[in-house]
Amino acid sequence: MVAAFLSVLFDGVAYGSLLFVISVGMSVTMGLMSFINLAHGAFAMFGGYVAIALMKRAGVPFAATLPAVMIAMALAGAVAERSLYRWVSRTRPLDQVLFTIGLAFIATASATYVWGPSQQNIALPAVLTGQVHVGGLDLGAYRLFLIAVVVVITAVLHALVARTRFGAQLRAAVDNPHAAAGLGIPVDRVFTISFALGSGLAGLGGALGIDVLGLDPTFPFKFMVYFLVVVVVGGEGSILGSAAAAVALGVFDVVGKYYIPSVGGFLIYGLMVVLLLVFPHGLFRIRK
Amino acid sequence: MTESPEPAASAASPEPRPAPMLPTDRWRLADSLLWLAPVVAYVGFPHHRVLGSQVIITAVFALSLDLVLGYAGIVSLGHAAFFGLGAYTAALLAVHGWGEPLTGLVCAGAIAAVAGYATSFLVVRGRALAQLMITLGVGLLFLEAATKAAVVTGGIDGLPDVPMWRVLGLFRFDIAGNTAYVYSLVVAFGAFLVIKRIIHSPFGLSLRAIREGARRMPALGAPVGRRLVAAFTIGAGLAGVAGGLLAQTTQFVGLDVLDFQRSAAVTIMVSLGGTGRLYGAFVGAGLFMLMQDYLARQSPEYWQLWIGLLLVAVVLFARGGVLGGFDAVRAWLARRPR
Amino acid sequence: MLFPPAIRAAIATVGVLGVLALTACDKKPGDKPAAQAGDKPAAPPADDAKTTIKIGLIAPFSGPFADIGKQIQYGVKAYLKEHGDTVAGKKIEVLVRDTTGPVPEVAKRLAQELVVRDKVDFLAGFGLTPEALAVAPVATESKTPMIIMNAATAIITTKSPYIVRFSMTLPQISAPMGDWANKNGIHKVATLVADYGPGIDAEAAFIKTFTAGGGQVLESLRVPLKNPEFSSFIQRIKDAKPEAVFVFVPAGEQCITFMKSFHERGLAEAGIKIIATGDLTDDHMLPTIGDPALGIVTTFHYSVAHDSPENKAFLKAYTDANGSEAGQANFMSVAAYDGMAAIFEVERKLGGTMDADKALEILKHFTATSPRGPIAIDPETRNVIQSVYVRRVDKVNGELRNVELSQFDNVKDPAK
Repeated sequence: MVAAFLSVLFDGVAYGSLLFVISVGMSVTMGLMSFINLAHGAFAMFGGYVAIALMKRAGVPFAATLPAVMIAMALAGAVAERSLYRWVSRTRPLDQVLFTIGLAFIATASATYVWGPSQQNIALPAVLTGQVHVGGLDLGAYRLFLIAVVVVITAVLHALVARTRFGAQLRAAVDNPHAAAGLGIPVDRVFTISFALGSGLAGLGGALGIDVLGLDPTFPFKFMVYFLVVVVVGGEGSILGSAAAAVALGVFDVVGKYYIPSVGGFLIYGLMVVLLLVFPHGLFRIRK
Repeated sequence: MTESPEPAASAASPEPRPAPMLPTDRWRLADSLLWLAPVVAYVGFPHHRVLGSQVIITAVFALSLDLVLGYAGIVSLGHAAFFGLGAYTAALLAVHGWGEPLTGLVCAGAIAAVAGYATSFLVVRGRALAQLMITLGVGLLFLEAATKAAVVTGGIDGLPDVPMWRVLGLFRFDIAGNTAYVYSLVVAFGAFLVIKRIIHSPFGLSLRAIREGARRMPALGAPVGRRLVAAFTIGAGLAGVAGGLLAQTTQFVGLDVLDFQRSAAVTIMVSLGGTGRLYGAFVGAGLFMLMQDYLARQSPEYWQLWIGLLLVAVVLFARGGVLGGFDAVRAWLARRPR
Repeated sequence: MLFPPAIRAAIATVGVLGVLALTACDKKPGDKPAAQAGDKPAAPPADDAKTTIKIGLIAPFSGPFADIGKQIQYGVKAYLKEHGDTVAGKKIEVLVRDTTGPVPEVAKRLAQELVVRDKVDFLAGFGLTPEALAVAPVATESKTPMIIMNAATAIITTKSPYIVRFSMTLPQISAPMGDWANKNGIHKVATLVADYGPGIDAEAAFIKTFTAGGGQVLESLRVPLKNPEFSSFIQRIKDAKPEAVFVFVPAGEQCITFMKSFHERGLAEAGIKIIATGDLTDDHMLPTIGDPALGIVTTFHYSVAHDSPENKAFLKAYTDANGSEAGQANFMSVAAYDGMAAIFEVERKLGGTMDADKALEILKHFTATSPRGPIAIDPETRNVIQSVYVRRVDKVNGELRNVELSQFDNVKDPAK
């Protein structure tokens, strides 16, 4: 009974951590640039496809693809920010929504063209498959790996934001871009680097997620809602908030479906609406 | 009585707004000509009447969103919830014995309006992003509810064979789409007249004022919250009417009337045509649906690419949509020295 | 510019009357519709002297179910490649239409346009149940035979007397699994099906035959169609400790996700077997699922590994017509292939003309040796009667195949 609950809880945490890795970039972008980027899922998707291409065509082992994917998508993000997003950074929310939905459509169509509409699959290295017995529980090895990776990333991110100069600049720019610029902080560069970082993390999440979430060209749309929920409920710009919201979402979804399978998506969407009404600025907000 | 002269639209600013002018709810020649177009289409394209009726229905839906989005300024990504609610209401009424089209349509609109009223309180507070999410969440909730209530709604397989009686007791819904077309057109025209009146009324003006500067409104004594609730409710009701039309003319309802694709598509249509303009919804709906029909034949796998490119282009170059573009051209022509 | 209101009203009225007057004079039969470059080949203006037999193929070719449309089209092309595109002196023309599904109202509109504008003789395809249901009244009213090449929910054939189904129904392929399980030492089962029409059909049919033979169903789970995470359901199965789990999820991504979750949570090690309908090990998806699929026993009506000359000819035609990027043939392409065979048969017997009721009679008594095995149409229900095979996934010449172990012959759709 308890073992079952703990198992399911563990799965929910793993699922949530995956959502966090993918969504954290979006949260930072929204908090930093007040920019609604509905195409964020596309970076995750392309990250997944790059990982698959590396593994299948170049025979690169799975673990080695992860850093490669991160770098590749970070570069892509930087380029995209400098070229595309810059044009629409100061427009109405509606325009941002439309622009980024358009980008998402283009991403989906390109992915279909290159890789076809079917699901992709990868063969994980043997060490990551099967189960690990921890204290009487059977935990999936891959999910343990996921959580471990995410914990490391969160720690690094936190250190980055809290302890480095760049982190200080980032926090200043989120709080008040004008004042920060007035103090000589290169806000533009901070934006680009953050966007790149966020996209790189999304790509990593996409690659990590192939085994759990699947990968096909409709990925950006399928999971858009989940990412949005994490960002908005967690509070834009707040890394801790995103983590909390993502884990909560993952846990509620998985645990909810275990105990009340018929509840379906009600729990998540209802929860989101309620949370947004009670905390209109998200659970943890950065901007005061 | 002459109108005030139209000042040149501010083509220099990145966001061309509708040319400001005093509200006049007059029927102009341009209106007559524009409404001749669907009549001509009926005659000139006799084999496209089914497509035509669906374009008209979508235009009504887009008009309902324009009231909410273009005039009241609420960014909604869940408007299909009301469209779908109207569709299921009309269909379920017919399935359970009452297949009269006109009263069914009224019921569909009424129920959707009630739902709109109930959810409006969630929506009108909060800033743009939270609003977006809440409308999205409401839309998804409706979809979940309809999926779960499969016993009533038919679930994923949908509700087939909706038995509609004859319109006005005379006109059967035929396979060539004749009745569907004329029926939809008449309803659309009625809706248009109503919305036109609303927009050109003091209420409509106050909506535009709210959109442009909500904080100043209380100083003028205008109740912002109540106006937004009213606009949202009317928009929801009209969306329900459009949904009812679809259910009645196709005699079928499926879950796709509620899904996110529909909400996203109608938002795109309104922006394409030009938000906050009476005809923007019609232009946008027509353009989008005809393009989709054409592109789906040419390259069914890749029509998403073209829509994506179009969206990006519209946001970058034609912020005010097609009609905004016309305004800009007109302003440019007006400024040219003669 | 502003004319007095009276003048404006007059202009409008004159305009409307003028347009109406134009229509009275303008009675061109069959005017050319808007450019349809997506057809193959270019549609000639509707004429009375029938030189072509037109088939309207309606299915999703874009969106999440694009694979279904593609597989159907590959099957059609395979048949045309093998048998040519002429029958009884008339040319066969296939008009392909994308519903971007599942969008039933588009499917219905496409069907209406095909029937009214293009005057097709047959409506075919139908990858998804809601789209088939929406089109049924069009078939009835226009008296057009409607050939179902994929949609599997039982009630479809009851919606119009002109519907004939060549694919399968879930009860048809699920019920035999109940029998097989009982005879092979499996007495305690948990079921897991997708929560929609075909899934519920499968669950009901399996449970009926399984319990009739003395089996016990410990847990019945229904999974939402849009479900990225199977953990909770897998955990419940694990809790129930069955000997096997009976699975139905639609062919595609859910199969892969399910298989992965099943293995990751150690259900295979716990000794729980998977018994399923063949959708789980669909030939087209099998390469993607990979080795985790080995050993799974399924019941289904078609396997690429079926050893018959007709199947070999079909597979060859499939690759010839579609090339290697079409991937592996599967049950959808076979159903399309057989549907085309039936259409050709009808036209042969009718000498190239079209009479809907006669065509239905011929279709209702259609029999053939399909690449899947012997098939016949049940004249009462208009569903296909076919052999249902019990297969296991094995490696054959290094590739994963559904190897047929035994079969149930002449299985009708038990739902009626």
